[in-house]
Order: sequence, then structure tokens, then C-alpha cells
Amino acid sequence: MHAVVSIKQVPDTAEVRIDPRTNTMIRTGVPSIVNPDDRHAIEEAVRLKEKFGGRVTVVTMGPPQAREALREAISYGADDAILCSDRRFAGADTLATSYALWKAVLKIAEIEPIDLVLCGRQALDGDTGQVPPGLATRLGWPQLTSVLKLDEVDFAGRSIQVHRAVEGGVEIVKSKLPCVITCTREINVLRYATFPNMVRAARYQPSLWDKTDLGIDDESQIGLRGSPTIVSKVWAPLRRQRGTTQVIDGSDPQEAARSLARILMGEPAEEAPVVAERGTDG
Amino acid sequence: MVEQQAAERDADQVPEFADHRGIWVYVQQRGGVAAPVSWQLLGVARQMAQEIGVPVASIVLGHDVAHLAKQAVEYGADQVYVIDDPVLESYRTQAYAHGIAGLIQRHKPEIVLYGSTVQGRDVAGAVATLVRTGLAADATELSIEQEGHLLHASRPDFGGKLMSTILCKRHRPQMATCRQGVFPVPPRDPKRKGEVIPEALGLREDEVLTQVVEFVPETRHVDLSNAEIIISGGRGLGGPKAFDMLFDLAESLDAVVGASRAAVMAGWIPYQHQVGQTGQTVRPKIYVACGISGAIQHLVGMQDSDVIIAINTDPEAPMLKLADYAIVGDMFQIIPALTQELRAMRQNGHSENAAGPALENDPVSA
Repeated sequence: MHAVVSIKQVPDTAEVRIDPRTNTMIRTGVPSIVNPDDRHAIEEAVRLKEKFGGRVTVVTMGPPQAREALREAISYGADDAILCSDRRFAGADTLATSYALWKAVLKIAEIEPIDLVLCGRQALDGDTGQVPPGLATRLGWPQLTSVLKLDEVDFAGRSIQVHRAVEGGVEIVKSKLPCVITCTREINVLRYATFPNMVRAARYQPSLWDKTDLGIDDESQIGLRGSPTIVSKVWAPLRRQRGTTQVIDGSDPQEAARSLARILMGEPAEEAPVVAERGTDG
Repeated sequence: MVEQQAAERDADQVPEFADHRGIWVYVQQRGGVAAPVSWQLLGVARQMAQEIGVPVASIVLGHDVAHLAKQAVEYGADQVYVIDDPVLESYRTQAYAHGIAGLIQRHKPEIVLYGSTVQGRDVAGAVATLVRTGLAADATELSIEQEGHLLHASRPDFGGKLMSTILCKRHRPQMATCRQGVFPVPPRDPKRKGEVIPEALGLREDEVLTQVVEFVPETRHVDLSNAEIIISGGRGLGGPKAFDMLFDLAESLDAVVGASRAAVMAGWIPYQHQVGQTGQTVRPKIYVACGISGAIQHLVGMQDSDVIIAINTDPEAPMLKLADYAIVGDMFQIIPALTQELRAMRQNGHSENAAGPALENDPVSA
């Protein structure tokens, strides 16, 4: 079994800064973490390895500091980690990102064939969930997004069955392998890094692949040039102006409950408790 | 550096796209029932199309879906492209993306909109890659420029701290997934006329690599986007057990239970209940926030509610400042008392339709 986990390093804090010239987020200097959904993807891959044997390779595209995210992945039990980093990748939108990751996955598959690619459902910062479908489409592999559970995994029979969280319920889907899966946080419960893995992570040097290593000759597919979308404007949203807040004293719960009940039944709070004529048409 | 400048210069030029025309809306359906966002987006598509003088088309994929084409016309589509094929019986990325990409390549729309639902995001990401174009995610505001018919798709970033506007200047179609519950459903006109255009899928069942085994509907009803009243709980509840108290209150009001991200992350309640940036945006008539401090990620998902009621022990909680009615007190006493009070009022013949007559009409549910 060979699982590849595609992760993203995201800024940890609310400290968002924007480069006023390019209108892109300044990531340098902001504390970073492994995207929370991606941690569940790593965990799921490690669980598969524990059950079936095999290897887990983690890959990310990002600036040099994304090494830290890869080391963290190693501490959770991944075997290998690859950083795709090149100045020319900068400014990539989801289409350009999926191109570079596609090239990386192809190269990883040359080293060892891949059974499945796992990703997080969405990234905390961009919140798009578009890179995994992009990657799956470029690979020509099925995509199973928003997965709650790996139900039946049959590496010999080259198939997998999963539960997906979709509108209004759960969809059970069977797919051929290899495929691309995006993990929800319900898929598993995270475990702490083990001490040996932490030691290994501390000393681990992720492989670094630049655009030449990935065999990318066509620069029109990567970075800013390969990105059909641009961010034209970033602004702080205006809050809708709301009226003044009416404070209700909650020290007497019964009295507070009576006031609330009147508000909920569409009666102004200030009025006398018995106002039966309003709303009796229902 | 020079290359970067060149790239930026390229990005500023809008090429001619005279052969791409019209605004399309993807009709999301399961079992022949359309998701409300499909009609919501027809409304905003119609508005933009009128501004620039182009037609609006819907795209319907599925099996036995002729009735959806008719509905799309009634909600404002001038044309409906329909791919009706047994292969499309259940939603599957590969088959649907193949169908939509084919339609786009044959008929060249300038804009395609999808709901930013699980299905909408799933298919749009694949289609954007097949046709190699830009895709903005989860737009909450849409507008169009006369010049070059450039779509401005604006969306909250970083938990709603920032809004950003996404443009796609050099590729067509311009595509966006759009948040459900944000754009009002346009009025439906049963007499409206439109053109239904049947199209072929061009994919055989044996070419599709996945198979839907079963769909299991959610047993507990969680329809936050259409709820008139939402009772939401957060970290202040302290554990999963306390949500029972909210379900009781919700039952007495025909309300739906929501939750903050903190409560969902803690595993107290499933993700389907989550309101906010990474959950659902809601605009009910009444939003009752119980033990929710009011992180910005949550506020952006509910601040357009008509009336906000907040119960919290901390008088400094941002949610209490936003609320129309702020109750500083112990919800563990107030909420059960409130549920009792409401049950008693109902028994005494008070309105069955709580809050209905006293508040303004909500265009989404209207």
C-alpha cells in the first residue's frame, strides 16, 4: 500500500496581513500549522499503513518554511515528505497549484506506484476545496470528496468503498483504485505523535523538488502566470448596522424566560405579559 | 522580477471573448429534486444578464429530469441545456463533470455559476480543470462590469475577517461557486417561456469508475438554510449532553439546532449543524445564540438574521454586543424555563407560527 497525502501549511492565527501591491497574503512571519483537515488525512493514511503495511508519502507545495509542516507530518507517522518549492510557483491559484501537485504525484508514482491520494476537505485559509478535484481530474482518477469513513478497502481487488457527507445525508460510493479522497474531520480521531516519530521528525530533511525536478518546462501553467484567477481587491467587510441592544437581566431565570418567550412569540418584550391578540391567526 | 511584472501586465489585459456569451447556472439535483441554491442563483444571474444584455441559461443533468428544465424556465432561464441519461441517475463527479465540460466547450458561455454545496464544489473543481479556467470559491456577492463583462465574485476569506474579490480576466467561462441562502429566490412564473435544448452525454456506464451504492438520508432534520428560527449552542454548553436542552427548546418552536465551530470541533454535535464561515451561512427570522461568545467566523455566518437573541454569562461576549436582545445569565436555568413557558403558551392557544406576523418577510423563504 502506498498512500500519498497532499497537505497545506496554513497561517495559524487571526494575524492576517495582505501585501498591498499584489493583494496576496503575506505568509512570512505568521505562525503556521498543518491545515486541520489535512491532519485527519495524514492520520487516515497512517491508519491504513498500520492495517495493511506499506508507506505514506506526504507532499506539499509552498515556500521553504513549509518544511515545518512536513516535519510535523513525519511526527504523526508519515514515512517520506516532499516539498515542492520554487519561486516560480508563487502566486498560484487552485488551477496552477493542482498542476504542480499533479507533476509531483506523477513523479512520486514513478518511484513507487500509488494506491490513493488523501487530502483534507478544505484549507482553513482559502477554504476552496478545489485543489483535490483539480488533482484528481488531471490524474484521471476518481475523486471522493467529503469522506466520513473508509468502509471497505481492497487493495488486491483495486477498489474502495467510502461514506461521503453530502446534502441531506450520507452517500455510500464504491470506486476503483487509485483515487483521490478528501477527508472530513469525522473520519478519525487524531492521535498524538509518538516519541520515536517526534525524534525522527526533528532530524528529518524533506526532499526539495523545484520546477526542474518536477519536469515542468511550460511556465505558463504555474505560479501567477498559470493562474486564471486574481484577487483584485481585499477589504474588511462592513457589518450590517444593527439597532441598539436591549439587555435583559437574567438573574431571575423565570422572569428572563417569560420575557424571551414573549419576544419569540413576536411580542415586544416591554409589553404586558398577556397579549393574546397578536399572532393568533396561525 | 521582470517576469513577474510581465505576468501582472498580462493579467491586466482582458482579451476579446466575443464568441463566449451568456450566463449559465448549474441546476443541482438529487432524485429529481432541485437544491434551492439552483433557483437562488438564477435570480442573481438574471439581474447580471439584464445589465449586460445577454441570455441566461440553466444546465440540467440527470435521468428523467424534464420537469426541472420546466422549473428552470419558470425561475428565469431563457434556455435550458438538458442532458438526460441513465448514466446520470446518481451524481458522480466524472460523469457530471464530463457532461458540463462538453456543454461549455460546445456552447461557450461567458459565466457559469454553481452552488458552493458539497456537490457544487465537487463538480465545479473538476470542470474548471477540464476546461482550464478560473473558479472562485464560495462567493457571497456577485456583480458584473459592462466593460468586458468581467464577473466580480467576492467572498469572505480567513473566517470572514476579509472580503476578497476574485476576477478571471484571461479565461472563459468565468466560474464561481456561490453560497446558498445568500441570494433570494426569484419569483416563479408558470407562464414563462423558454427554450429546452436536449444534449448528449457521450459517456458509457462502463467508462465510469465509481458507483453509488446507497444514499442514507439524515435522520435528524438539519435544514439550517431554510429554518425560520435557529437555536444555536457553543462552547458555553460545556458538553454534548447540554444540546438536548437546545433540541427541546427547538422542538417547542419548530426551530432547527445550530452550533458554533467550537462545539462541532469538540465533537458535541455533527458538522451538519455548524453555522459560520466553515459551516453554513444562515439568515433566519430569529437566531438564538446560547453560550456562543461570537468569534468572527461565527458572526459572519449569522449576522444577517432578522433578530438575534444571545444568552451568555459573560457580558463582554461579542455576541451579546451584536444581539438585539442580550440576556446575561445562566442558560442552564433560563432555557428549560423558556421551553416550559413556550409549551404553556402554545397550549393556551398562542400562535403556532412563532414570530411570523411580527417580523418582516424574509425573501429567501418567501
